[in-house]
Amino acid sequence: MRHIISILMENEAGALSRVAGLFSARAYNIESLTVAPTEDDSLSRMTLVTRGSDEIIEQITKQLNKLIDVVKVLDLSDNGPIIEREYMLIKVKAEGNLREETKRLADIFRANIIDVTDCSYVIEMAGNADKLNAFIDSVGNEHIVEVVRSGALGMARGAKGIL
Amino acid sequence: MELSGAEIVVQALKDEGVKHVFGYPGGAVLHIYDAIFQQEDVQHILVRHEQGATHAADGYARATGKPGVALVTSGPGATNAVTGIATAFMDSIPMVVITGQVPKPFIGSDAFQEVDTVGITRPCVKHNFLVESLDTLAETIKKAFYIATTGRPGPVVVDIPKDITDPNIKIDYQYPEKISMRSYNPVVKGHLGQIKRAIDLIMKAERPVVYTGGGVVQADAEKELTQLVQMLNLPITNTLMGLGAYPASDKQFLGMLGMHGTYEANMAMHETDVLIAIGARFDDRVTGHIEKFCPNAKIIHIDIDPASISKNVRVDIPIVGNVKLVLKDFLRVLNEKADKSLDISGWWQQIDKWRSIDCLKYDTQSEIIKPQFAVETLHKVTNGDAYITSDVGQHQMFAAQFYPFDKSRRWINSGGLGTMGFGLPAAMGVKMAFPDAEVACVTGEASIQMCIQELATCKQYDLPVKVILLNNGYMGMVRQWQEFFYDGRYSNSYVDALPDFVKLTESFGHVGMKVEKPGDLEGAMKEAFSMKDRVVFMDVIVDPTENVYPMIQAGKGHHEMQLSPDSEMI
Ligand SMILES: Cc1ncc(C[n+]2csc(CCOP(=O)(O)OP(=O)(O)O)c2C)c(N)n1
Ligand SMILES: [Mg+2]
Repeated sequence: MRHIISILMENEAGALSRVAGLFSARAYNIESLTVAPTEDDSLSRMTLVTRGSDEIIEQITKQLNKLIDVVKVLDLSDNGPIIEREYMLIKVKAEGNLREETKRLADIFRANIIDVTDCSYVIEMAGNADKLNAFIDSVGNEHIVEVVRSGALGMARGAKGIL
Repeated sequence: MELSGAEIVVQALKDEGVKHVFGYPGGAVLHIYDAIFQQEDVQHILVRHEQGATHAADGYARATGKPGVALVTSGPGATNAVTGIATAFMDSIPMVVITGQVPKPFIGSDAFQEVDTVGITRPCVKHNFLVESLDTLAETIKKAFYIATTGRPGPVVVDIPKDITDPNIKIDYQYPEKISMRSYNPVVKGHLGQIKRAIDLIMKAERPVVYTGGGVVQADAEKELTQLVQMLNLPITNTLMGLGAYPASDKQFLGMLGMHGTYEANMAMHETDVLIAIGARFDDRVTGHIEKFCPNAKIIHIDIDPASISKNVRVDIPIVGNVKLVLKDFLRVLNEKADKSLDISGWWQQIDKWRSIDCLKYDTQSEIIKPQFAVETLHKVTNGDAYITSDVGQHQMFAAQFYPFDKSRRWINSGGLGTMGFGLPAAMGVKMAFPDAEVACVTGEASIQMCIQELATCKQYDLPVKVILLNNGYMGMVRQWQEFFYDGRYSNSYVDALPDFVKLTESFGHVGMKVEKPGDLEGAMKEAFSMKDRVVFMDVIVDPTENVYPMIQAGKGHHEMQLSPDSEMI
């Protein structure tokens, strides 16, 4: 199953490589990994998307907890409803007919065109992975110049924080 | 007090109670070596290879329970130390390794003797640090010892750039008395509800078995374990790492389990209905084929490391905590019970039947020295009371099988990583800790050559260990596998061009002996051990064709052991 795991870590040099190294050393899969400091700049927060059986996910959370710099691990997928968002920038060809069509498509997906040339758009868009994938499919590979995605961010719904 | 970084390193070691540091100098640690030179409280032992420093520190830690300390330079010093760090990591041994690093401004420039030590060691340490500034140095060393020795112990590397140890830059020094880390709070007490559930399960068991590992040794829980096992008259088996935590000469002890475990221990594992695993991690050399492991058992698992629980084998009642404290709680709850009797006499009868097969029997009439006989003789001559270190191979298994350890921390070997070259430097570390104890390294002619340079260290520091070389002329364990699984094609396992070990030893200033006849062995060994202040290297020529039995081959379960060359699988 796909799991979204939140990790709160000491914001130390090398923190990211400890997590990445753990995943490669133990042959766990990483679908995406994002990291940035939080409101407390001594902490950084990662959101990690992985897949595995229940046993593997259990080991992943235990092994993450075992890292000395890790303050808190939360398997969001196991803890009630969550919000998942990913951010994407996508550069597409925009010439002739395509200009209007792509603009309409962006509107439908509530995406914003944030850069325009006479032959291209850069479109920004946020949503869950499925929505971003759907947009990419709708534009069509032949019209895409490049895509950059942030990887998923996740947070539990409701009043409770991670700590 | 105002101290330089180099002085802080040494002073922090003192404040941590460290008496011995095993190390090797080089450019990046010269400031530290200069500070070592100017004091007398911390003794530095100059090894002959950095691998030796880490193994010696490791042996010291295994024998004493205190953290071992090694000090090496940057680049090749650090890479040479990696094998020893990984060895300690796999067996959860508390150790602090201080590595020099190129000065901070040079980091990342491919400077002379620069390697990314933190990067290289990351997967084989409990934690590591690159010290970023002088003001964090003392605190970082404190953290290193705290992390190495608490929770599930392990090696910690502290990488110190040379500019931080500059003798001309001094700051006010204070060694933190305590340290707390929001991200690191190892669990110590076990969950009482789980403990009670476990006891209920044990009291209903018909065929219980206790299986314990290195965790009991690490936690110094041998007394509590022995009390519990004897209170309930339970059968007990130890892993390779757990030997000695329960007295091997006691009748409730079934011997070691696993790939080269005894028939009775492995059969009991296969038939048990309640398995009580304590400080053990269900290693593949212990479990045999995992699908066939303990098919009828409910499993209780006590371990300090939550990640060990249900990693390889699903358990029914996990108890996370320090083994000693958990066992104390077990005893307390049991003592409150009126009826503590467990009727398992039928189970014991079955076990005794398995025992009567005498799975460790070997040819005692042989004209050539059998390795088993050599280890038994060693046991006799040392009254079963020596510290025995070993390397890796058949000799290691024979030592584990034929030297019954009655005390914890007496059996010192690289179980997890299986590091050839471990034995001699580890013995040095033990001897440094316990100068009056008998310390012997049981080794093979291949293994001993991997760290034989440490004979010089033994000379320089008067560390009169005994080396018992079971010389079979082969990488015996490799040869055994080639005999079994490769139709006897002995590819590169014959150890040709052996040195004359007697002369070699003598050239280091020690005593060498060669023994070839079974009848000469005991006398020679007695003579060797009577030379209290000399290193004696005994080159014991043993049967080159002997194999280690019983053996569970790949894919087989505990009940499918091969007992002898001509026996079918049982
Ligand atoms: C550093 C290292 N390299 C290779 C091995 C693989 N290995 C395991 S046992 C063994 C042979 C050991 O031979 P010897 O020391 O003579 O012991 P014997 O088995 O003959 O008693 C080898 C090569 C190892 N364990 N460690
Ligand atoms: Mg050999």
